[in-house]
Amino acid sequence: MTKSSFTNVQSEYLAVIDHAKCIRCKRCIQNCGWGTYSFGGDKIIADHSKCVACGRCYTYCPEGAISILKNPTVMRENGNWQDYHIKNIWRQSETGGIAISGMGTPLKYKKYFDHILLDACQVTNPPIDPLREPMELKTFLGKKPSKIELDFNEDGQPVLKNKMPPQIELATPFMFAPMSYGSISLNAQKAMALAARALGIVMNIGEGGLHDELVPFGKNIIVQVASGRFGVNRDYLNSGAAVEIKIGQGAKPGIGGHLPGEKIGADISRTRMIPAGTDAISPAPHHDIYSIEDLRQLIYAIKEAINYEKPVSVKVAAVHNIAAIVSGVVRAGADIVYIDGFSGGTGAAPTIVRDNVGIPIEIALAQVDQRLREEGIRNEASLIAAGSIRSSADAVKAIALGADAVAIGTAALITMGCHVCGKCHTGNCSWGITTQRPELTRRLDPEEYGEKLYNLINAWSHEMKEVLGAMGVNSIESLRGSKERLRGIELTDSELKALGIKHAGM
Amino acid sequence: MTTDGNTKTGGMISGSMLVIDAKDMHYKELNKIIRESILSGVKNILLENVNGQYYIGDGIKGDDITITVNGVPGNDLGVFMDGPSIIVNNNVQDNIGNTMNAGKITVNGDAGDVIGYGMRGGRIYIRGNAGYRIGIHMKGYNEQIPVIIIGGKVGSFFGEYMAGGVMVLLSLDNSEESVGEYFGVGMHGGAIYLKQKIDFSKYSKEVEFLEANDSDMSFLKKYLLEYAKDFNLPPEDLTRGPFYKIVPSSARPYAHLYTSAAF
Repeated sequence: MTKSSFTNVQSEYLAVIDHAKCIRCKRCIQNCGWGTYSFGGDKIIADHSKCVACGRCYTYCPEGAISILKNPTVMRENGNWQDYHIKNIWRQSETGGIAISGMGTPLKYKKYFDHILLDACQVTNPPIDPLREPMELKTFLGKKPSKIELDFNEDGQPVLKNKMPPQIELATPFMFAPMSYGSISLNAQKAMALAARALGIVMNIGEGGLHDELVPFGKNIIVQVASGRFGVNRDYLNSGAAVEIKIGQGAKPGIGGHLPGEKIGADISRTRMIPAGTDAISPAPHHDIYSIEDLRQLIYAIKEAINYEKPVSVKVAAVHNIAAIVSGVVRAGADIVYIDGFSGGTGAAPTIVRDNVGIPIEIALAQVDQRLREEGIRNEASLIAAGSIRSSADAVKAIALGADAVAIGTAALITMGCHVCGKCHTGNCSWGITTQRPELTRRLDPEEYGEKLYNLINAWSHEMKEVLGAMGVNSIESLRGSKERLRGIELTDSELKALGIKHAGM
Repeated sequence: MTTDGNTKTGGMISGSMLVIDAKDMHYKELNKIIRESILSGVKNILLENVNGQYYIGDGIKGDDITITVNGVPGNDLGVFMDGPSIIVNNNVQDNIGNTMNAGKITVNGDAGDVIGYGMRGGRIYIRGNAGYRIGIHMKGYNEQIPVIIIGGKVGSFFGEYMAGGVMVLLSLDNSEESVGEYFGVGMHGGAIYLKQKIDFSKYSKEVEFLEANDSDMSFLKKYLLEYAKDFNLPPEDLTRGPFYKIVPSSARPYAHLYTSAAF
């Protein structure tokens, strides 16, 4: 079909230049990855249709001459037919394609973290001041023995008899979520690697292989095995602190991955161990896993390859029957289960899946923790919660709902400058994060942003200590799965039941 | 385990070969002995009375190591393997050569499902038939060209999502059609060679069916001659054409499927 040169989809934003302030330094032209700006002979011209409000231009305009405004030209308001629906219809009617988006869903679903409040001590049980008293955030991820066996030495001192299964040691219960080289730039991965090493935590390289420059960070890296098996070999499996089998992702449960051929340049080709220019397709299922028994087979194939020296994690998306699924995954031999909730981020996902599939992490976590406790297997695996952890408060609540640690992806990208424009899949990221264009990636300084990531996790860890102190406990261990310290507001009885918490006042 | 053997490695040194009796042995114990033997410098291992033990040769490394298997090994034989050779004198089960990087697996019998999944290098030669989903997501990279040659026929999903490497289906003992349904669906790299001419119209729309040319044949020759030697077959029967070649129409089969969403 012939394409009309006109489109119904009008510019969402206006890039407005104050020409009285503008000194024509052209930094905006250079900074914008989208090609919004050009030089028109005597002044800067903006093509509004290309602007995604990523914020790069005004951040780097030395004169403060740029404003990004929401296009005041209205679409006729309609509570039912919203912009989102109408614009997607227009776009899809022009191309016939599946609508693709980046990041987590922007739709206003109920966020349960915002309806949960924490407890604190008053009078009867004194709070603790974390500035003066020790407060333990150290977290070990991995299978724990079901009981402690002790021996006594000559001095009558107890000595642990159990041989501890392999663990990941985290100085604070945070980690960076899996993001592959390809979906994000190598500099973005390096920033997380530097921060993870300085913080004593781990990052996860996703399914994109391990770049040579990240090899020295092995102790702070979780390597991933997903359905495309990109970059996976014996040495790769042995190069990190743990191995993770990726089954699903919160933003796209039941969907595979697809890094388009134009993003597979020489360096990504080498890291993924695939030819340059071909699509890197991760099928929706692992074709050697069609059952819990098959999952067990892959878990133990990996354990054999790493001589049982490191924990094996399994990452699943939070879906309707998540409690039973995780029970199966734990019984299959996973040492860690990573649960990624609805609204978790992605480099690219079909919009229909991102916005409509899965369940919130808060509910998934509460259900999984409860189920594993009832079955007496909660000690068999650690739980990692992810799916838009936006603050230390979300992290504390997730831990009280049953998580051992939380993973942050989008929050880490925001630290690197991301303005959550949701266009990760286009490869034009002006901040040098979700792009492979060298002129864009080189502006992301791993040292600078590594330090910012360090600052963020440090700040959140301090905040975590503050609320632990207020609750009168001196260790994150004491809060783990302690739903009694949570109360719900503006929640129905069914929601409270699903979360396993009481309403405020009860 | 042999009772008169070296208890440290659990086996018996016979000439330059370590012999391990795998009867009633759990895979964990068997594979530990194999790993430790290789670490201590053993190059040739003979496994006797293997009966379904998983993961034999899992993640082992070294081009000069050979493991010979008597009995039927279990799933994931040679998974993540990087260099060694495994010779199986019987049938094998599922998932052999899973994500294998280099080396060779020779099977004097039939193979189960999902052979060579995500395989990046090395060779798998099967004398008999193989099951479903053979060579799914096989991939080549630079000088690494994984090769699977199957003597008989295969089940459905042959070469699904194939991204690189070479598969050859010889159809030696079959007069009926040697491939199942969904042949080559989602294939976006590599090549499949068939000795049998089939009606290709009912299979994948994402691939092309051609007659193999001289350069294809000269590439295949060394593998076919090695296969003939391994299974004691007359080489001229195997290398005689014509062969038919299946290649993907595009390295990017799904490139035009998507459009950027408004949000």
